[in-house]
Amino acid sequence: MMIGADWIYWLCGGFFFIVGALIAFDPTHPRRWPTAAFWSLFGAALCAGNLVPSWLLGAAVIAIALVGGFGLTGRGSVSTTSEAERDVSAARLRNLLFVPALTIPAVTVTVALGAPLISIGGHPMLVPGSQTLVGLGVATIAALFVGWIVLRPKNPAVAFTEGRRLLEAIGWAALLPQMLATLGLLFTQAGVGTQVGAIVHQIVPEHSRVLAVIVYAFGMAAFTIIMGNAFAAFPIMTAAVGWPILVQQMGANPAPMFAIGMLAGFCGTLCTPMAANFNLVPPALLEMRDKYGQIKAQIPTAIALFVVNVGLMLIFPFR
Amino acid sequence: MIVLLGVALVVIGFALRINPLLVVTVAGIVSALLAGLSPLHILEAFGSGFAASRSVTLAFLVLPVIGLLERYGLQQRAKALVSQAAGLTAGRLLLAYLFIRQLTAAFGLTSIGGTPQMVRPVIYPMAEGAAIRAYGAVPENVTETIKAHAAAADTVGVFFGEDCFVAIGSVLLIAAYVDASYHLKLDPLQIAIWAVSTAVAAFLIHGFRLLRLDARLARMIDDDRR
Repeated sequence: MMIGADWIYWLCGGFFFIVGALIAFDPTHPRRWPTAAFWSLFGAALCAGNLVPSWLLGAAVIAIALVGGFGLTGRGSVSTTSEAERDVSAARLRNLLFVPALTIPAVTVTVALGAPLISIGGHPMLVPGSQTLVGLGVATIAALFVGWIVLRPKNPAVAFTEGRRLLEAIGWAALLPQMLATLGLLFTQAGVGTQVGAIVHQIVPEHSRVLAVIVYAFGMAAFTIIMGNAFAAFPIMTAAVGWPILVQQMGANPAPMFAIGMLAGFCGTLCTPMAANFNLVPPALLEMRDKYGQIKAQIPTAIALFVVNVGLMLIFPFR
Repeated sequence: MIVLLGVALVVIGFALRINPLLVVTVAGIVSALLAGLSPLHILEAFGSGFAASRSVTLAFLVLPVIGLLERYGLQQRAKALVSQAAGLTAGRLLLAYLFIRQLTAAFGLTSIGGTPQMVRPVIYPMAEGAAIRAYGAVPENVTETIKAHAAAADTVGVFFGEDCFVAIGSVLLIAAYVDASYHLKLDPLQIAIWAVSTAVAAFLIHGFRLLRLDARLARMIDDDRR
């Protein structure tokens, strides 16, 4: 009996489902029913995963996305402690407050590194590749118990209303990373990558090393900005330019060319709202007014680092 | 050629600031229809795409714990702790976080940081606490800038740290792709080692900008009080 990651999806789906139920029982919520439907369906879809036919899951996902996409969801007001109460509590608990928070990375890393070493009856305990997710699941439960012990809330269920407060701060943006991953899949199936590759292949200069490197790096960054993920850009740009022209024709060393080419793509990731889990979810969670504020803070670094990467790609692979 | 219309839809949708969830859903359906995929096939793609990408959403699993800790004053404690440390500014604190984030990610420990479990409950309040200690109460545009840079330090740190680790997605993808497509056997370590120079450059560039952040915050506060 190997331990996989499925139970963690049920845990997360269960949390979303509870949030949906809490909203359904909140008559003061400005968009009570659509918001309750959004989170309960999202939770149900996380639990369902591969257990239901994918067309059914797909129909549910599109329905959830449209509820969020048409702005039907809203944010309720969740009662929590006041600033003054928090100051008093912080002065009383002091650094004990950090213990549950630090339990999360400590347990995650311990499980992720240690659990794959354990085998029962000759079989590994964990499904290979699931160690980090299992670590996060175990760590979350451990941290919640440590939190209950350290803080001693009168009603332990208050953790879920506080979780609801933060999840509602993120709102529909919580679904965006998964929808973007799905869009990438649809783009691939529709042949977007091969089309872009064909266009790039036509315009790339065959004899200038500098221009070919710039086209490869720029293509990586630009395509990453569109797709939100350097992993999607890499096979396309490498098949169009990296392998046939830079490596085969110009004799570049493939390891540094591809490694730094990928990092040129990462510079694109810093600039794009399509990388929602990195660039749009944090501003939502930090309750920033400007949803693009983080991207604006990253663009100067991205540009400077892109130039450095192009320089490195002109030097290392050709030594 | 016509399937590129889907890409155009995404770009236009984001430029017009239409709800991204709507843009992405519609663009996906439109590109698939243009490519001649059947409606059933499209529904299946949405379902399997969602099922395969569930791990990103697990980042929200920590929210009940973090919310509970916030209720008992975690952010306030983080601020108070910083207010005792003389010489610690918002920029220097974020620089230290950038360094730790990058270094731990380079050893494969990418789950140590992140916005839900580190930036919102600890790093951002500490950075704001440092600014408040230096200037007193700060206006909202300063808070926004600190939040933006706290999130940015986390992202830059993890992106340009993790690639120095051999068993991370992007390194393994490069190795698997060139092996499958060109029968080129590249050792993951060979690939990871070439990411080190970019990692150093990222730390120098972003670190330099973080050191200048303090002067920028001071200017913003000056402008506000004038």
